[in-house]
Amino acid sequence: MNMEPILKVQNLSMDFGGLRALDGVDLDVAQGEIVALIGPNGAGKTTFFNCITGIFPPTEGDVLITPPGKKKSKRLNGVKPNKVTEKGLARTFQNIRLFANMTVLENVMIGHHCRMHSGILGAVLKGTSTVREEAWVVENSYLILEKIGLADVVNEFAKNLPYGAQRRLEIARAMATDPFLLLLDEPAAGMNPHETEELDELIRKIREQEKISILLIEHDMKLVMSLSDRIFVVDYGRKIAQGTPDEVKNNRSVIKAYLGEDIDA
Amino acid sequence: MFLNLNQIKKSFFVSLWFMFLTFPIMVIRVNPIEKIIEWRWNNLLLVGVGSFLISILWNYMMQRRDYGSKAAESGMEKVPSMHRLMHDKRIYVPVLSVVGLITLIFPLVFSMYQTNILVTALIYVMLGLGLNIVVGLAGLLDLGYVAFYAVGAYTYALLNYHFGFTFWMVLPIGAALGALFGILLGFPVLRLRGDYLAIVTLGFGEIIRLILENWNEFSFGPSGIAHIPRPSFFGMDLSVYSATIYIYYIMIALCLFTIFVVNRLQDSRIGRAWIALREDETACQAMGIDKARTKLTAFALGATWAGMGGVLFAAKTTFVNPASFTIWESIIILCIVVLGGMGSIVGVISGALVLILLPEYLRAFSEYRMLAFGILLVVMMVFRPGGIVSDVRRTYQFKGSTRTKS
Repeated sequence: MNMEPILKVQNLSMDFGGLRALDGVDLDVAQGEIVALIGPNGAGKTTFFNCITGIFPPTEGDVLITPPGKKKSKRLNGVKPNKVTEKGLARTFQNIRLFANMTVLENVMIGHHCRMHSGILGAVLKGTSTVREEAWVVENSYLILEKIGLADVVNEFAKNLPYGAQRRLEIARAMATDPFLLLLDEPAAGMNPHETEELDELIRKIREQEKISILLIEHDMKLVMSLSDRIFVVDYGRKIAQGTPDEVKNNRSVIKAYLGEDIDA
Repeated sequence: MFLNLNQIKKSFFVSLWFMFLTFPIMVIRVNPIEKIIEWRWNNLLLVGVGSFLISILWNYMMQRRDYGSKAAESGMEKVPSMHRLMHDKRIYVPVLSVVGLITLIFPLVFSMYQTNILVTALIYVMLGLGLNIVVGLAGLLDLGYVAFYAVGAYTYALLNYHFGFTFWMVLPIGAALGALFGILLGFPVLRLRGDYLAIVTLGFGEIIRLILENWNEFSFGPSGIAHIPRPSFFGMDLSVYSATIYIYYIMIALCLFTIFVVNRLQDSRIGRAWIALREDETACQAMGIDKARTKLTAFALGATWAGMGGVLFAAKTTFVNPASFTIWESIIILCIVVLGGMGSIVGVISGALVLILLPEYLRAFSEYRMLAFGILLVVMMVFRPGGIVSDVRRTYQFKGSTRTKS
């Protein structure tokens, strides 16, 4: 089966003034894949995410998506973040960005926002369609939380959750936007080994059960190697390697980027 | 156990220190004409006893607060008592019916003066609830809110002066114009947040006031517009007395309408989007919420109530001039929202009643009004930073995968 990749990034460059943060990066994600984007600190990974999700408009290059089941691909350059989410790309953040003073359930309900339609008048009059929609959102949010394993804390404030649970809530919130591709920005940052293992399982589960493809940035190499189908490596804004975990592990330029040049070489 | 020896000792030293500090101004009085010095020792005693008691009280309150926050940290926090009361049917049903009964018969029992004061307070309840959408829910600090109030008031005054529009015709027009101006203000400040937003909105409020003050051909300048008719009752003109009562009931109805709408809004899709916007703008956008649109609806819906409140104000006072719409009004409305409890409807209502009614009934101390105001705000911010009644989010109960609302 030869399908268009659901996300295809070509020659993506991003300048901040005179600084070129990204320089001609190519990347693609196929349907059902887990792809990792790795690189040393400051390599431009998060900038890459921000360019794809519309937070920054890229200086050059193309971001193309082909939602599963659709034939035509769409260009995402310069599209606002909320529109990107509407089109089916959902993301989490490196530093947790939950809605701290809302309950866990409400956080997930917010995720449904772009899949809902009721407006001001609907909210005030509370017609049948609004009532039905609200019921659906509550139900569906609860189901997502059940899958993620947060069903027992639905009414807690998000800020009161332990760190690992906050990370998982971010994933739940992103899943609520009904995406076909989930972009996870360092989902395991700050987690202990046990929590990381749980995360590993969770991400696999999301792919198997929800049929959501995943692109993740991660520093935890054990997690990356065990999860990913393919890995892209960037350094100083350039892509330096790509391939299966084994290929990348033995790639000379990757080792150089991470460990520095051998003095004798 | 809060009153131990240590604290008494501490309070004692505090009072000594205060007696020493205030000695020159409270005790010594030089009479330059007769060239004698008066020693007012009883003042010293008053200062000493007063500061001692205040110090003890302060310590006690601080202790209680620390205890409370410790409980909150360890997850032992009880539902706030205020909120527990509000959700206990046995309590809130009788309380609401008593409050309802009092509001219904109020103008028949009390004098016109009292009714007038309450109408003013109710206008501020409406303004507070409107600003609560912008500040409390959407987290957009708006210091120019009074501009929309002015728009409403001048809409009625001018439309009536030039075209003879009646109150009931202007009420929706005022609301719509308020919303329109809300959007007008909203556009340029879409990218701003926090302090910057506050400064721009402050400027906007002043611009509206300055236009009204200086554009004589349009608004009759500082002299204002007089003889604005009170609302007529199905075409009948009422006496001042019955018109006041009539306005009172209109105001009650409008307040109930406001409460109804705001209550529905805050647990809706749009209300949640506002709160998300307040909590984290970037994440909010990443979750598929149109930031610009959400902000504009917040500004527009907030300004709508101010527009209506303005029409009511013009009808009540029968006279408008720019002096009624100074920055000070914006600050008061903001204080109502902050003091009452951001995001909480009951909080805002109680905030409005406290801040508007107290100064009216404490006219004897009117010279100290600003002082009392300042002290009240400081004390509130120290002990109840969430306001009189802080906002509590709606919760849901689940059993298995089915849901019951609570």
